[in-house]
Amino acid sequence: MTIFTNARLIDPETQTDEIGWLRVEGPTIAERGTGTPPMGESIDCGGKCLAPGIVDLGVKVSEPGERHKESFASAGRAAAAGGVTTIVTRPDTINAIDTPEVLEFVRRRAATDAIVKVKHMSALTKGRDGREMVEIGFMLDAGAAAFTDCDHVVTDTKVLQRALTYAKSCGALVIGHPQEPTLSKGAAATSGKFAALRGLPSVSPMAERMGLDRDLALVEMTGVRYHFDQVTTARALPALERGKANGFDITAGVSIHHLTLNELDVGDYRTFFKVKPPLRAEEDRLAMVDAVASGLIDIICSMHTPQDEESKRLPFEEAASGAVALETMLPAALRLYHAGQLTLPELFRAMALNPAKRLGLNSGRLSDGAPADLVLFDPDAPFVLDRFALRSKSKNTPFDGARMQGKIKGTWVDGLRVYEG
Amino acid sequence: MAFRQKHLLGIEPLHPEEIKTVLDVADTYVDLNRQSNKHSDALKGLTQINMFFENSTRTQASFELAGKRLGADVMNMAMQASSIKKGETLIDTALTLNAMHPDLLVVRHPHSGAVDLLAQKVNCAVLNAGDGKHEHPTQALLDALTIRRAKGRLHRLNIAICGDITHSRVARSNLILLGKMENRVRLVGPPTLVPQQFREFGCEIYDDMAEGLKDVDVVMMLRLQKERMDGGFIPSEREYFYRYGLDADKLAHAKPDAIVMHPGPMNRGVEIDGTIADDINRSVIQEQVEMGVAVRMAAMDLLARNLKAEREANNGVMV
Repeated sequence: MTIFTNARLIDPETQTDEIGWLRVEGPTIAERGTGTPPMGESIDCGGKCLAPGIVDLGVKVSEPGERHKESFASAGRAAAAGGVTTIVTRPDTINAIDTPEVLEFVRRRAATDAIVKVKHMSALTKGRDGREMVEIGFMLDAGAAAFTDCDHVVTDTKVLQRALTYAKSCGALVIGHPQEPTLSKGAAATSGKFAALRGLPSVSPMAERMGLDRDLALVEMTGVRYHFDQVTTARALPALERGKANGFDITAGVSIHHLTLNELDVGDYRTFFKVKPPLRAEEDRLAMVDAVASGLIDIICSMHTPQDEESKRLPFEEAASGAVALETMLPAALRLYHAGQLTLPELFRAMALNPAKRLGLNSGRLSDGAPADLVLFDPDAPFVLDRFALRSKSKNTPFDGARMQGKIKGTWVDGLRVYEG
Repeated sequence: MAFRQKHLLGIEPLHPEEIKTVLDVADTYVDLNRQSNKHSDALKGLTQINMFFENSTRTQASFELAGKRLGADVMNMAMQASSIKKGETLIDTALTLNAMHPDLLVVRHPHSGAVDLLAQKVNCAVLNAGDGKHEHPTQALLDALTIRRAKGRLHRLNIAICGDITHSRVARSNLILLGKMENRVRLVGPPTLVPQQFREFGCEIYDDMAEGLKDVDVVMMLRLQKERMDGGFIPSEREYFYRYGLDADKLAHAKPDAIVMHPGPMNRGVEIDGTIADDINRSVIQEQVEMGVAVRMAAMDLLARNLKAEREANNGVMV
């Protein structure tokens, strides 16, 4: 039994932020209160924030295939240091996670190597090549949390329709990347003044809405449970809002980078700022922050994508996309809190409660009976980020040298401490 | 006798009494077929042409045998290898054949509605031996006869048609026939292979075999028609077998005396477990083949009677 005393409890479920105590019994949260804490072994939180651990939907761990970029061990350490207690891995590995046999392999690796909880997503089509659906039934039995081809959009609408129809009959959650793939092919930036000036191949932000509209029509046809991995443009929001108003079982996410950076951050072709979809205009970023605050966008994820130096040290167009973010997600998100745009309970609703709910997990909350997956952090402590201090094997963060606020003091998974800062 | 049809193009135009008549006549031919001398003169002097625009071994053999046992002159035309390849249209082929004065035309065609079209252009009786994904009336009739003989009745039964409904003309003819005879029909299969619109025709639709087979009297399995699929309806054969293949566990949800049917040819280990198919206490698959010949004899017999009656009414002049 452990009692966290003098803690600023951030509860996304009740949307409260108040000083109190929390008692943990074994792996679960047993009780909480605001008055005098019960007697027993205690941890004095010193008035710092205690929140449910982050559930990060869409983490690339480069096993199998590219273990030199990230392994379950390194990703687990990075997650713990970033307050992430559950990582939900993407299947865009080499080879793709598209058979129950491969899924079984990664589950075994994760179980032995990772110090945080790991859930695995399966590809939606074999080899993520958009031709034949995977064995959705077998994959669910093998423990797949959701089905996604990640940034490979299924271009053949008939294939997607059948996959969604089949997924619906299995009760599976499908995650799509809203993007019109022929428009965005080869793009490295968002169309606009900046891309024009830099001479970069670019994609109109409308490509996102076109992809979203198509997928919404398919959701209406099939009734499948659907999540849009990243909605990043203001013009896609009305369509999303309409879809939700129509009662479809849909949710939407946004990456931490699209909430905290914009296209101008690319500056002089800095490839650590190359992500997919590309960074957007400042108006888009602000619209996404508002959408998270209003709940229209449900989930904030890291889109953690490890890339080695070689794949980034290239001309911008040729460089690989993606950024590591497991460790920087919370401090970056706190920028929105310090700017007065989002409250802490709102942030944790998007980073812990909503993703847990979407995956049917009991975590992401501070209520009795929930697993004791917790993060203790000081939201005000300043630091300058040094990318070589990151625990990820890959160091491709856009926040290198950035001044940030918010240090993680401790992370607990099922009541066991996995990080001490 | 209540059978007024000029052609047998589908189950849809048939009245329940007509269905009953075909089955009653077929019953007598079952008896005939079990004797050493299997001959009858019902079609004596008539010409039967089997035109198969699509590969068939079983159905064609069944029709050929039925015609021969009834004393008709039977000719098989493998249409795939002939005039179509040379660019002739279906209607021209029909007119050419018509000039040879056939009395019974048995037609199979890969496109839905093609047999109807052909029937409009000839003045003999046309039997649909399967048109695209539309109808296969003699299969439904032989299934009905098999059920009636095994269960003692053809009404108020719970019947599950399982598997690839989308690509199956057998399923369409069967669900129409079984509906007309006042049975409860369930369609069971992955939603990618079961058109949900059949709900509007009074079928119950299930995507779970255990639920779909609960307390049914008849389990009708269908072949996964890979040759008609343009890919992507199911993830793999092994997952299909696991979720929708008929094995002892799934069959245990049906009534203890439920019979198992399959129109053939079977894919063992895909839609049906071999031991179920071979279980003589449950499987009536061999009986279905036997009933096939009898039902086709009955259908041709009845159509020939109507044809002769019509010609007599016209003073023996063909119109």
